[in-house]
Amino acid sequence: MADLAAQFTLPLRSFDLELALQVEGTVALVGPSGAGKSSVLHAIAGLARPASGRIAVGYEVWFDSARRIFLQPDERSVGLVFQEYALFPHMSVRANIAYGSRTSPDEQLERFGIAHLAGARPGELSGGERQRVALARALARKPRVLLLDEPLSALDTHTKTTIRAELHELLAGLEMPVLLVTHDFEDAAALAGHVSVIVDGRLRQSGTPGELVAAPADAFVASFTGANLLHGRAEPSADDPGRVRLDDGSTVRTAEPAHGEVVLAVYPWDVTVAVTPPDGSAQNVVHAPIRSITALGNRARVTMGPVSAEITSESLDRLGLTTGQVVFASFKATATRLVSESPGP
Amino acid sequence: MAQLLVLLLGTPTAYLVATRRFVGRSLVVTLVEVPLVLPPAVAGSGLLVAFGRIGVLGSTFGALGIDIAFNQAAVVLAVAFVAGPLYVRQAIASFEAVDPSLVAASRTLGAGPVRTFFRVALPLAGGGLAAGGALSLARGLGEFGATIMFAGSLQGVTQTLPLAIYAEFDRDFDVAVTISALFVIITAAILLSLKLTSLWPTSQRSSRFLFARST
Repeated sequence: MADLAAQFTLPLRSFDLELALQVEGTVALVGPSGAGKSSVLHAIAGLARPASGRIAVGYEVWFDSARRIFLQPDERSVGLVFQEYALFPHMSVRANIAYGSRTSPDEQLERFGIAHLAGARPGELSGGERQRVALARALARKPRVLLLDEPLSALDTHTKTTIRAELHELLAGLEMPVLLVTHDFEDAAALAGHVSVIVDGRLRQSGTPGELVAAPADAFVASFTGANLLHGRAEPSADDPGRVRLDDGSTVRTAEPAHGEVVLAVYPWDVTVAVTPPDGSAQNVVHAPIRSITALGNRARVTMGPVSAEITSESLDRLGLTTGQVVFASFKATATRLVSESPGP
Repeated sequence: MAQLLVLLLGTPTAYLVATRRFVGRSLVVTLVEVPLVLPPAVAGSGLLVAFGRIGVLGSTFGALGIDIAFNQAAVVLAVAFVAGPLYVRQAIASFEAVDPSLVAASRTLGAGPVRTFFRVALPLAGGGLAAGGALSLARGLGEFGATIMFAGSLQGVTQTLPLAIYAEFDRDFDVAVTISALFVIITAAILLSLKLTSLWPTSQRSSRFLFARST
């Protein structure tokens, strides 16, 4: 299996896309909408022509500005699954899959469990079925690279979890580099072993999902991976080197030495919620009324004051928490990570 | 004949104008639209100046032994010139309405630009193209001004139906009325078939739906 190596500059409307990617196995490109994620896929598929750089799969060069090589999309062995799937509305499922395939589509229909939909038109399918048809169509060509543009965003939250598990299984069995883009860090972490964060056309940080959570490069990556951000000013003293006065006047302790204006990242799963004051002096405690409670499957997110905590639905029921109730949210000094302010927005 | 010329030249032109962004694109669009707003008499004299025996292009064609004005070629040219823009305008709009990601999907699935045009763009724009085609055909049949100026009204050679009505109007009013009635039937039939073709894709889709449900 040949890796995909892409390094290029592509001018977009409001900024230049400039990045280098090495795709081996499944890589997720995550970032907010408008970060240029889809344009990266378009450049790799040949739908957009970068100003300079090089894109190659193994020894096969698809684009090389120095050698004036630019292969048309149909000359590149690439499977691209579009965000809204882009199934041909005037063709049956079978004809859609046969479109790019040299072999009979029956095997592909069977493999994706959509043989019963062969005669249907895309307009009659559910979101999950459309996604399977789009994947089957892209893979029918036996491409050397698979590109997925927001593969889960067109699905409702109800079906998303099932489809995500299916997709994960499929990607793990594919012997080809897969590059997927998403705005959801959780989806990226669930599907890919390696995650790159892209903001305004540039890569901010790359690593395994665990690495990004453990050591976010800046405040943006920290909040993107789900952390609470606490803005404040370090007030170190001899006996209390990790003291930080937050903008709302309260103080917290961090395990790392801090100076000047700082941003502390605290992950919701490191925050515990109690109805009585917690014991232990190394704890940071926020005493505030609950602003909101959001259920996330078998967990719940509870927001109070400047922090959110992620607790199990079980604890939520046991503590009997309700919105407006004043509670104690606590986290250890070692659970705080000092992050730098993001450059730019 | 004129309709064939319009469809063969108009469809690719419209597709290119709809899908490409190039310098002078709006100039091309404007040039296409000019004959729509020109008085037919002006269009006729313009064609005469261009293609007439002493015209700019006409003298070149004349040197090659091809004479255009006041024969059937002139009728075709006059009708295409006046009726064509109706089709091309509609065709540009229809091609622009095709989702660009479908065209892109076709390309990434290994289809070249030509296959993409015939398998994706053309079928998806089909309804609009048929509507534009019927409209320009109806307009072309009724073409009068440019034809009489550029092609004349030679009976059996360049006399079109509206020219015949005009000629008979002076001679025998009853014949003029008869031809007019014939005309009403033809154009009504065109418009009716247009309505039927716009209904056809929906009826096909719903029948597909029933088929898919029963299996």
